[in-house]
Amino acid sequence: MAGFDKVVTTYEDALSGLKDGMTVIAGGFGLCGIPENLISEIKRLQTKNLTIVSNNCGVDGFGLGILLEDKQVSKMVSSYVGENALFEKQLLNGELDVELTPQGTLAEKMRAGGAGIPAFYTATGVGTPVAEGKDTRFFNGREYLLEEAITGDFAIVKGWKADRYGNVIYRHTAQNFNPMAATAGKITVVEVEELVEVGELDPAHIHTPGIYVDRVIVGTFEKRIENRTTSK
Amino acid sequence: MALSRDQMAIRVARELQDGYYVNLGIGIPTLVANFIPNGMQVMLQSENGLLGMGSFPSEANVDADMINAGKQTVTAVSGSSIFSSAESFAMIRGGHVDLTVLGAFEVDVSGNIASWMIPNKLIKGMGGAMDLVAGADNIIVTMTHASKNGDSKLLDVCSLPLTGKGCIKKVLTDLAWLEIENDAFVLKERAPGVTVEEIQAKTQGRLIVPEHVPEMVF
Repeated sequence: MAGFDKVVTTYEDALSGLKDGMTVIAGGFGLCGIPENLISEIKRLQTKNLTIVSNNCGVDGFGLGILLEDKQVSKMVSSYVGENALFEKQLLNGELDVELTPQGTLAEKMRAGGAGIPAFYTATGVGTPVAEGKDTRFFNGREYLLEEAITGDFAIVKGWKADRYGNVIYRHTAQNFNPMAATAGKITVVEVEELVEVGELDPAHIHTPGIYVDRVIVGTFEKRIENRTTSK
Repeated sequence: MALSRDQMAIRVARELQDGYYVNLGIGIPTLVANFIPNGMQVMLQSENGLLGMGSFPSEANVDADMINAGKQTVTAVSGSSIFSSAESFAMIRGGHVDLTVLGAFEVDVSGNIASWMIPNKLIKGMGGAMDLVAGADNIIVTMTHASKNGDSKLLDVCSLPLTGKGCIKKVLTDLAWLEIENDAFVLKERAPGVTVEEIQAKTQGRLIVPEHVPEMVF
């Protein structure tokens, strides 16, 4: 590797430096736009005691759900964690801690983390269990909650296409949390479907500029569908 | 007769206006999309990052990268846009969505809503509901008027943990259309054949009944 070349060729290299107890921010919404192979590599590495920040926790046997199988996750920060029986069991056993966070607040926490903003005020969650223990302040007569930013030791991201410099574009609604996750990792790893030549992507259409990205790897994806609905 | 799910969706659809950007929650709210009046342009916002959600795809056009907030495979209409979750909630939190329709367990006379958590039952999370109710000015809650046990869901004070405080002004139940004003539910319309007395009996929170309460017409 030289200069701005971020490409790595093995998943071992992609997650080199991941250690027990770290915080990992993951892109994806449900099973859409999740870094499938990076998640599988975390399972292979058997890294333990992880805090995972992700809107959801996959399903039994796929996505982040596979990290529960060997109890690798000690805490999840998510907005919605249904669809996962093992998650429920570990939560009820006290083996897993969950910090439920409103979806928009979670996205903004990642965005703020990546943008160097330590905290922000939002009306979301005022008067609800989410507000417990948090500072509030009135602006223009309305009450707002102070929510703190999130950063991760690693961010794992699923892109569609990237160039060697780590410029990334996402495909359709597989974008979701990925751009914010990409900004908020000390080490940001992006796995993509296709590596393109530098200069091939239109600079004005880059979703994630390469400055946020440390490693790029090309993978193949199952892209499992959680809820297949069709019109007759 | 209590309204059917489709009738509830039809009644909500009467609140749509040409050029509205609308977020529809899971369940009855989703059905509203089936009753957008002909000739009216409405863009559906899906909080996972899609403005201009279309119908379900044909089997041949199913795309794992194209889903809605219910994780269903969908299509995008011509003129749609796709963006990140942060951008999506900037639209919601910033008050840019014209109408939000969502379900609830309880609503009270202060406009509080409880829709995500029943203590001692499994808690799956609030998803985007807290952001939606905090960010939108124009919200319609759709729910049944009373539980299967007959317990009113229209209360003086919500008994369940809240989703949002003081943010609900309009409620459509299977029995009535109500608006929240001055710490009371005001009965605006009745479902066809449903008496004021039945609605009064099933409303625990303070209810104001105007002299004339029209029946909905379908």
